[in-house]
Amino acid sequence: MEGIVKKITLFLIALSLFLFTGLLAGGAGAADQVLMMATTTSTDNTGLLNDLGPMFKADTGVELKWVAVGTGNALELGKNCDVDVLLVHAPATELKYVADGYGVDRREIMFNDFIFVGPKGDPAGVRGKSVKEALKTFAARKIPFASRGDNSGTHKMELQLWKAAGLPVPDKETWYIQTGQGMINTINIAAERDAYTLTDRGTFIKYEANWKGEPPLAIIVEGDAALKNQYSVIAVNPARCNKAKYDLATKFSEWMASAKIQKAIADFKLMGKQLFFPNAKK
Amino acid sequence: MDYLGSGFLRALVLLFSGDPETFSAVTTTLEVSSLSILASLALGIPGGFILGYFEFPGKKHLRAVVDTLLALPTVVVGLFVYAFISRRGPFGEMALLFTIPGVALAQTILVLPIVVSLTATAVEGLDRRLRLTLITLGANARQIALQTLLEARFAVLTAAVTAYGRAISEVGISMMIGGNIKWHTRTITTAVALETGKGEFAMGIALGIVLLTLALLVNAVLVTLRRKQ
Repeated sequence: MEGIVKKITLFLIALSLFLFTGLLAGGAGAADQVLMMATTTSTDNTGLLNDLGPMFKADTGVELKWVAVGTGNALELGKNCDVDVLLVHAPATELKYVADGYGVDRREIMFNDFIFVGPKGDPAGVRGKSVKEALKTFAARKIPFASRGDNSGTHKMELQLWKAAGLPVPDKETWYIQTGQGMINTINIAAERDAYTLTDRGTFIKYEANWKGEPPLAIIVEGDAALKNQYSVIAVNPARCNKAKYDLATKFSEWMASAKIQKAIADFKLMGKQLFFPNAKK
Repeated sequence: MDYLGSGFLRALVLLFSGDPETFSAVTTTLEVSSLSILASLALGIPGGFILGYFEFPGKKHLRAVVDTLLALPTVVVGLFVYAFISRRGPFGEMALLFTIPGVALAQTILVLPIVVSLTATAVEGLDRRLRLTLITLGANARQIALQTLLEARFAVLTAAVTAYGRAISEVGISMMIGGNIKWHTRTITTAVALETGKGEFAMGIALGIVLLTLALLVNAVLVTLRRKQ
């Protein structure tokens, strides 16, 4: 009987050695040429980064690894020095972030726009109206509205729009549905509940693509100047985080602003529609 | 709403076409859960044995604590471990965040109570005369411990399988500590979460079926082991 125990122990030791050597071999070679980025779900869910990541590797030899979370969470990861660079979309928060010394070298890269989507029949009758009018109608008539409620860039934009419309955030109202989830999930919830919601255009195009042209929701309000959605790259401040790879972050930032990649961003299409519009300054 | 049908079809395609992304998620899942299971067995079996075999003051309370930890939510473990291994945390120098060993470490904390609790129950449930018999046969302390665990081996195996099931299926820790990084820390469960986030429900279901197939294989191996004994 003890023989069996010995055999099992030996087998387990061999297995752990095998697993650990695998880890070391996998980790050692690439250790210094990896750029860790925190970004928002919209750049990942649309598939943009799946295109850009391999291009960055081919051009610079640096491997881009990213975690896709809400903008609030991404900024927090930068604050804790867990990533080297950020690709986010919440300009007001970003400026404060840089002023507070957490990030440096904020560079605007591209934009798309936010849109209000809602049931095709538009029960609130706000199609083509301004953002202000639409929000006032939702509040006055208690029209179901789905909010991200997760401190993401989209959520921050929505809060800003309520404020700009001179309305309190309808935090505890029964018609205000705070999902606490990502953009596509929130759109799905809006569809199930016949609610309106605010989304970035890219994610909505992806959503339409999933429904193969027959989505239950449609674009209701768009084109308002207040709805511009600016994406920027920010390097994590190397003075605060001594392990942050500032040189690689700078390389990435310059690469994103280069003519070649700006064109690649413009050429990135889903269902034949352009999702992001490059606007990096030379 | 044909997610289920197309999901099932897609699962077959993923399994048999050797899709590299799926394959990478499968190996990452196996690597992470095997590491965490090995670590939790190495710590949990001796721990469970001590808790089940010996009488000591405070034993009941300790048992209650271990049993309570069975209900540990994965995101809480994730947050807790994140606080320690973030670069700004006390173990930040080890650079464990967004790595496979980091996820395995957190999963070990998650499944350790399962191994300890089930092993302790198994050892407690053994015939009390076993100990006396072993002593009269002149066994030393180490031999008694080994023989007791051998008697309880099926129950310990069940503990291992249960722990494996918990580790392989959890998503909160893998997402928070691993970061769902493509080709590196993307496990099957975080891939399902990503596909759901993208609205690709059929793909999510397909990956779910892949995970279940994997669990079935692990269990099949264990059943064969049991038959042989």
